[in-house]
Amino acid sequence: MNVGVRTVGAVPHVTLRGVSKIYPARGKNAAVHALGPVDLDLTRGEFFSIVGPSGCGKSTILDLLSGLGGPSEGEIRCNGMDVGGKVPAGVGVVFQDDASFPWLTVRENASFGLRHNGTDPAVIKERVDYFLNFVGLAKFADAMPAQLSGGMRQRLCIVRTLVMKPDLIILDEPFGALDQQTRFLMGDELLRIWRETNATIVLVTHSLDEAAILSDRIGVMSARPGRFLKFINTEWERERDSRNASTPRFGQITSELWSVLREESIKSMGRVEAR
Amino acid sequence: MKATTIARLLVVAFCVGLLELLCRTGQMPRLVIIPPSEMFIAMIGLLRQPQILDSLAFTVMVVAVSGVMSVVMGVLIGIVIHATPRLREVVEPVLSAYYAIPNFIFYPLFIVVFGLGAPSLIALAVLFAIGAMVIATIDGLDSIPPIYRRVASVFQIGYRKELWHIRLPAAAPYLLTGMKLVVVYAFIAVIAGEFLLSNKGVGHEIAFAYNNFDNASMYGLILLVILLILLINALLRLVRAPGSRGTELAR
Repeated sequence: MNVGVRTVGAVPHVTLRGVSKIYPARGKNAAVHALGPVDLDLTRGEFFSIVGPSGCGKSTILDLLSGLGGPSEGEIRCNGMDVGGKVPAGVGVVFQDDASFPWLTVRENASFGLRHNGTDPAVIKERVDYFLNFVGLAKFADAMPAQLSGGMRQRLCIVRTLVMKPDLIILDEPFGALDQQTRFLMGDELLRIWRETNATIVLVTHSLDEAAILSDRIGVMSARPGRFLKFINTEWERERDSRNASTPRFGQITSELWSVLREESIKSMGRVEAR
Repeated sequence: MKATTIARLLVVAFCVGLLELLCRTGQMPRLVIIPPSEMFIAMIGLLRQPQILDSLAFTVMVVAVSGVMSVVMGVLIGIVIHATPRLREVVEPVLSAYYAIPNFIFYPLFIVVFGLGAPSLIALAVLFAIGAMVIATIDGLDSIPPIYRRVASVFQIGYRKELWHIRLPAAAPYLLTGMKLVVVYAFIAVIAGEFLLSNKGVGHEIAFAYNNFDNASMYGLILLVILLILLINALLRLVRAPGSRGTELAR
């Protein structure tokens, strides 16, 4: 049974069918079967997280979803259109690394995408002001990224994505470089953004706590080649925040995640040690 | 003022003072070198002469034209080499050995092609300075974090916009270093070239004074060139890539 495919409910926003990724051999390095085959349906407005051991292909699946890379096999559709290695309209990506441009001010960074797709300057100003204010960066609008903390720069990257009004937001460990407290607070902010925008969110994270607090549904991946081993529905209300970490349900979710992930992590570590 | 700056100034003052003392006490013959104080007085006197001011303006103009040409052509060549891996494979060894070739050996060729004067000097200076700009551009483009290219892909802005709005600004620290080297190299090439390829310019005036045993003018002009290069270097040190200096605003 393929648990990633939903047979009832709304029309899926994103579908993956039989998707695999094999990186071809290069020089002395053998070909790497990084992912799949995987099947997945994402419902419109869903908050979906992906967890898995290191090197299981989590980032690969995000690249494929966002069109930054094409699959070796299978089909990916977003809003019914074949993604096929091209970034589809309405997709925003927030990366793990700081991707703010140090030569632009916060405001110029935030408006980067809009300025280059010919959006009216008045609309740019309105949207940028709104989202900078929304994430608490309004008073830093004229600052340079070097003057901001790591968390603020990551919020800036989120704003740069949000102003494009994407209906699918893909986040690749966006809080990976932040401390635990800041991660929780940033997670709350992400939930607020998700409720505000009604976007579908796909989050890749190493943190089981983060996945458990934020998600509607969590996909647990196997060691490489990554496949979905299990999907866990968190059953949280849409109105939620990091205070859920103190509920019994949070403990159930994380222990369920770990029970699946432990074996896979051992396999993954064994491979690293055997190299 | 920082302690290191004070220490540097003290070293310079000591060396100048020592030279002054050696010259004044006759330890250094006047035929070889004159005291720094006399050099300074000679320099001030030279700056009142219209012919010297013309020569100075000529040298600065030639350096400026050579510098701009070296930067523009160097960046363009660097971009093309960086974007063409096969060309890069061929050209890279030549670039790494670029400054092993003494470019001044081409001066007879420049005289034949361009004649005496500014065009020959510009050709010589561009040939001397452009290598630094090409290398800096390639290094700068190599240094761009891959994440920026991914951002460009997500925003689907196309190669030209990516180059202009992401790659070149991201490479700016390297490009600025290249530009600073271009100014210095162009200055060296123009002053040296004026000894041979020109009947104008500060280099020519130094050679003229030397040939006429006019030590005061020669050292006055040498001091002028040194002070000019120090001033340009100081100004170049003030130029930094946007965003490279951050104040503690939010940390």
